[in-house]
Amino acid sequence: MSIAVSDKNSAVTQKRSIGAVLWDYLTTVDHMKVAHLYLFGGAFFFILGGIEAVIIRIQLLVPENDFVSAGFYNEIITMHGTTMIFLAAMPLLLGMMNAIMPLQIGARDVAFPFLNSLGVWLFILGGIMLNMSWFFGGAPDAGWTAYAPLSTTSPGHGVDFYAVGLQIAGAGTLMSGINFLVTIINMRAPGMTYMRMPLFTWTTFITSILILFAFPALTVGLFLLMFDRMFGSAFFDVALGGNTIIWQHLFWIFGHPEVYILILPVFGLFSEIFSTFSKKRLFGYTSMVFATMLIAFLGFMVWAHHMFTVGMGPIANTIFSVATMAIAIPTGIKIFNWLATMWGGNVKINSAMLWALGFIPSFTIGGMTGIMVATVAADYQYHDTYFVIAHFHYTIVGGTVMGIFAGLHYWWPKIFGRVLNETLGKITFWTFFIGFHMTFFIQHFLGLMGMPRRYWVFLENQGLDTGNFISSLGALFMSIGVIVFIYNAIYVWLKGEKAAADPWDGRTLEWTTASPPEHYNWKQTPLIRGLDCLWIEKTEGNGKMTPAEPLKDIHMPNNTIIPFIMTLGFFISGFGFIYQTENKLWYIALFGGMAIALLAMLVRSLQDDVGHYITKEELKGEAK
Amino acid sequence: MSQDQILNPKSLPNSPEKATLEGKNKFLGLWFFLGGETVLFASLFGSFVALRNSTAGGPSSEELFGLELVFLMTVMLLTSSLTSVYAMYHMKNHDFKKMQLWLGITGLLGIGFLGLEIYEFTHYITEYGFTFRSSAFGSAFYSLVGFHGGHVTFGIVWLIAIMVRNARRGLNLYNAPKFNTFSLYWHYIDVVWVFVFTVVYLMGKVG
Amino acid sequence: MTENTNTNNQLTDFHRQKNKEEMKRNVISFAMMIVSTIIAFAVVASGVMDRVFAIFLLFILAVAQVAFQFFYFMHMKEKGHAMPAVMIVAGTWAAFLTTFGLIAAVWW
Repeated sequence: MSIAVSDKNSAVTQKRSIGAVLWDYLTTVDHMKVAHLYLFGGAFFFILGGIEAVIIRIQLLVPENDFVSAGFYNEIITMHGTTMIFLAAMPLLLGMMNAIMPLQIGARDVAFPFLNSLGVWLFILGGIMLNMSWFFGGAPDAGWTAYAPLSTTSPGHGVDFYAVGLQIAGAGTLMSGINFLVTIINMRAPGMTYMRMPLFTWTTFITSILILFAFPALTVGLFLLMFDRMFGSAFFDVALGGNTIIWQHLFWIFGHPEVYILILPVFGLFSEIFSTFSKKRLFGYTSMVFATMLIAFLGFMVWAHHMFTVGMGPIANTIFSVATMAIAIPTGIKIFNWLATMWGGNVKINSAMLWALGFIPSFTIGGMTGIMVATVAADYQYHDTYFVIAHFHYTIVGGTVMGIFAGLHYWWPKIFGRVLNETLGKITFWTFFIGFHMTFFIQHFLGLMGMPRRYWVFLENQGLDTGNFISSLGALFMSIGVIVFIYNAIYVWLKGEKAAADPWDGRTLEWTTASPPEHYNWKQTPLIRGLDCLWIEKTEGNGKMTPAEPLKDIHMPNNTIIPFIMTLGFFISGFGFIYQTENKLWYIALFGGMAIALLAMLVRSLQDDVGHYITKEELKGEAK
Repeated sequence: MSQDQILNPKSLPNSPEKATLEGKNKFLGLWFFLGGETVLFASLFGSFVALRNSTAGGPSSEELFGLELVFLMTVMLLTSSLTSVYAMYHMKNHDFKKMQLWLGITGLLGIGFLGLEIYEFTHYITEYGFTFRSSAFGSAFYSLVGFHGGHVTFGIVWLIAIMVRNARRGLNLYNAPKFNTFSLYWHYIDVVWVFVFTVVYLMGKVG
Repeated sequence: MTENTNTNNQLTDFHRQKNKEEMKRNVISFAMMIVSTIIAFAVVASGVMDRVFAIFLLFILAVAQVAFQFFYFMHMKEKGHAMPAVMIVAGTWAAFLTTFGLIAAVWW
């Protein structure tokens, strides 16, 4: 990096001070830097959630263990679930979408750079808020699903932190969803029609639609929970006519689309990886797109399969059961398309491809147990046992987490400018893959033998000892895998060489930019001539994209600190909400924080922020 | 297009609100936000309908609601929707003064609506002891109608901010999208109110 | 973004005329909305109708009114509104499922 491009705040420097880097990240609106923030934040919370998982497995290592207390165990399982879903898996995916999607469609940034920055700060401070509960009298302990009345009657402030923290983080996610949708619709490069978009962009698009329609239900659910806990309303208070089932519906109306929010982006990036490393175009591109849409559509109509044992009656249960099983069809289409993509291809197996190959059997097992738990009569047996734990870890770890690892190995050069070390990558894969199956495969049988989920201890000589021991041992292997990965990341950052623009002989547009790309991505917007546009240029052209416009001034958004200040306002206000039940003085924090946030909005609304231009001369100067 | 052309255009194009990429993005982004809001209000409506008979011995909707006040509120909000259409009509004709005038009327009608709503709430609380905490019905009622009222309040603050900010400098390519998105938001508030008066008040009266 | 020298893009009498006609249609839709509001309130105030039928009618009137808002006041009938329409329809579908779930499956 001899010359850093001079945007408004960073001058031309060799090495910048830590303060300058920090300020740069606090004020950035660049999609790649926002992606870095998502990835760093997501990785931090992933490690935190991982530590919580390890504590769970240590507690269940031997019968009647007392490694942690029962109350603390409840906090740990709640925070493990909440952290992994909301603060690890989603941000890591949003980070990759932020980094790659604009590059894949030939855009210079997202549609709303300001909102993008606001979204990432809401996620980070929302996550910090949630984890603050550890230091303020105990974390939430009502399970990640926070069912009422357990959540409304849980003592202390744990569940308050859950409600407010998720409210803040969720608002950020909703903004990202809208942002991605508008970006994909309005900012595609010339020639990039919808049916020429890479599949990762397609799944980003569909996932954003799911975010847009699923998160408001969670927002309302959390509001009702906040009102009941903090302001004495009676939504879930049966004595005053409330109904606790409302929470379950609202939570799962959000919660089921949420699991597709977690898996669809991963389907997209696996499609990219299979096609790149098989040197073939994706088999059945069109059917992949429509299968994604179908999954999203059906995903909204199956939420009540989480509630079979609530007692909705056989008719409702049957409808939701059939709808759930129907999702296996589009998912099956995808699995077979991936297999057919590899069929006859020039398959190259490296660490990114290993994760993709490991994903197919793992996720298929998760899908198969999905059909089992979707069967109503049988579900009465599986419900709330370790069978369900095994099922959803097979989909979320075997799908989403493996996908995140695959995507990180694949796109690391594009995001951080280094290629990850292959040997370390393979060690990561094999330890994690073996550990994962050790941990969770045995849990199917533990569940079938009747071990309930969320229990603090199990008794000796009930056939559960060996299984739990093996499961805990697997967690050790998974931990080693993650540690090797982190070592790998640090190692290549310090010792690795700068990556080439196109280290994998890629097919899609992101590989035409430098690794990492300049903050304006392209000097001239490229012209897209078809699906797998770079591959077309490689086989039919000169291997370079044809520019769609003459070299001219580039319009870029200005950096701003306002998103951070606005988020800080909500953060302070959140504490006010939580503690006003104890002391009315906390209303100062509540209204003060809101005032800061609203003032920040007002400043944003009143100032003229029309961005800045990178002139032609500057662009030419860099070509040297 | 340079900065200067966006802020001080010599002549505005035919649809100034959608002439720039930023304008197009804002337009689409707001529509999608409204799509999400649909689910947000649906969740509140669903909770309300589920809890509307859970009065816990307190007053029921038949006893509480008076149709005259609600009708007045409805007409006010509906008219404000029309006046903001007028404002956008003048924006398309590049008549900034008339646009501001009609937006002003829109804001006043919105404030009037909000005043009546506050009166209505205090009336229920003082006369009937019907509060946010008295029953599940009360919680659901104040949440649903209050969320809508909160949207109206936010809209009024937003409107005042952009009206005052741009009062002296007229229409340009930078602020035209802002007025347009406000107007879409305002219509949407009216859409929600149509369902509020139908589901909460009229159906509450029918039983 | 090219310079705006294209005369087709400027405001002409043609556009003014078009805007005016558009406004006329909007006033008519406003009148329709007021009428449907009055009918709805009248039905309830007079109590002439059977409960189930009244609720049915109220819903039809509400949906009609909202259609006027969307298609005329918010211009959804015009060109360039395909994506907004898709999202509003999808949102309405999700909203329908949500309300249906909450209303039908909470008490039984």
